[in-house]
Amino acid sequence: MDPVRIEALGDAALLIRLGERIDATQNTRALAVAAALRAARLPEVRDVAPAYASVCLRYDPAAWVSAGATPFAALAARAGTLVENVATPTEPATPPVEIPVCYGGEHGPDLAALAAHAGLDPAEVVARHVAVRYRVAMLGFAPGFPYLLGLDPALAMPRRASPRTRVPAGSVAIGGAQTGIYPRATPGGWNLIGRTPLALFDAARTPPALLAPGQYLRFRAIDAAEFARLAR
Amino acid sequence: MSIEVLAPGLLTTVQDGGRFGHAAIGVGTAGAMDAVALRLANALVGNAADAAGLECTLRGPRLRFAHDVLIALTGAAADARCGDRAVPAWRPVALRAGSELAIGTIRRGARAYLAVGGGIGGARVLGSRSRDLNAELGGAALRAGEVLPIGTDDGALSPAARASLLGRWLRQARDGVAAAPWSIDPGPWFDADPARPLRAVVGTHFAHLDAASRRALFDAAFRIGADSNRVGLRLEGTRLALEEPLELVSEGVVPGTVQLPPSGDPIVLMAEAPTVGGYPRIAHVIEVDRPRLAQRRPGERVRFVEVSLGEAQTRYLERERALAALDRTIRERLQ
Repeated sequence: MDPVRIEALGDAALLIRLGERIDATQNTRALAVAAALRAARLPEVRDVAPAYASVCLRYDPAAWVSAGATPFAALAARAGTLVENVATPTEPATPPVEIPVCYGGEHGPDLAALAAHAGLDPAEVVARHVAVRYRVAMLGFAPGFPYLLGLDPALAMPRRASPRTRVPAGSVAIGGAQTGIYPRATPGGWNLIGRTPLALFDAARTPPALLAPGQYLRFRAIDAAEFARLAR
Repeated sequence: MSIEVLAPGLLTTVQDGGRFGHAAIGVGTAGAMDAVALRLANALVGNAADAAGLECTLRGPRLRFAHDVLIALTGAAADARCGDRAVPAWRPVALRAGSELAIGTIRRGARAYLAVGGGIGGARVLGSRSRDLNAELGGAALRAGEVLPIGTDDGALSPAARASLLGRWLRQARDGVAAAPWSIDPGPWFDADPARPLRAVVGTHFAHLDAASRRALFDAAFRIGADSNRVGLRLEGTRLALEEPLELVSEGVVPGTVQLPPSGDPIVLMAEAPTVGGYPRIAHVIEVDRPRLAQRRPGERVRFVEVSLGEAQTRYLERERALAALDRTIRERLQ
């Protein structure tokens, strides 16, 4: 296990860094640390957010005043003790969430270009994209946007030189070695290979995000007719 | 109780203390850019510190109040008027039912705040009424014809105490406008002087800047880019560079974080900061100076001066003590 480092993120937040690698082991540990910190209900720690291999805490320094230490040092000491006592959990054997995706055509305008880039035919790109179980490492960039681990390296492709001004909600995309799903219509530079009719984020729903960090998902290829049916 | 938006101004949004607790699903805090100005406006009308008010950018809205209302304006200096009467800022002002308030053009600073007694009401989205424009949460910028409900958030004044105060003040009012005879000194809380540097602590990747850029961050002047918004302020005029490229894993970022994208123009993340970022974090504007940065206008200059983390947190604790003392004074005056 890499040594844990706690560093200031300005004067009202700190970062607990568990390592520099992007892999499921580090990520599992980050999620366990975030859960333990939440459960500890530390005073005026107002947000606890895990990323790939780190956890971000936002806090009110006024709640961490102590003699002889800065508020940062006081909270870092407390958090450090908590982190040391977090056991790395074993992965629960929950089945992956299935995400239906209509690949290519109007829903995936970059599928052909990505296939050409990869030296594969489009059907092979789809086959490789649906073959893998992906891990939701974290949600960020936009509400409900999943950063996924597990993309077949053969499908990696650099981002578009000029980003699209509007990517439709639900677009399944590849940017560099990452694959993800745009929760809502935004500008975006990733290559669009398909689209899911599922809503990844809805503030009125409980929970608002369809996916949670640590979950696994699989993509399932659907045709345009099924997309239209599910989108209703 | 409601407010009708007659004209929305350039960019007016409902903001409160922010949407905390949802960063793990990618939801940032939003909230007021100059959070201190909103807190003080709320204090002046007897609201809870984190009640929702209006953030008015560069040119304010025109509003009609359906009922008698207690308001306070803080933050940037505007030419607020109610009919023929100038409406002074930094003090509570009672307006009679049917009053039209025109906040007008902002002359100094970038963002003026309006608090109304009871706060802006309506449904909260994920615990907050803040409108996060970038994440499209809680609503968009105000539009003409929109009607804003007034809430019943209690602070120093209960709804009954506020109604009684309004009755007393408005009985003697000329033209339906009754300003308190006292005000708070904006001096410590509003500073739009671009010559004064903003304090920053160095970030994790500061040491990866090349030597010239390490010096330039705290020596050179930057200019606020025209494409700045509530997500972040783009700093132009002095390009910074890394010693060598860094491959970074995306990690948490917060309002105040100064990121360095490949263009070399730093970005200071503000109220609508995303929850994670993959660019080098070269510095963080300290908490007490972020409200000051929020009052800089596009085209204005920004300089940074380095302070230690200990110094930054000491200043924060001092500010919180000063705000608490001011809050007590305002409470006594409102009784």
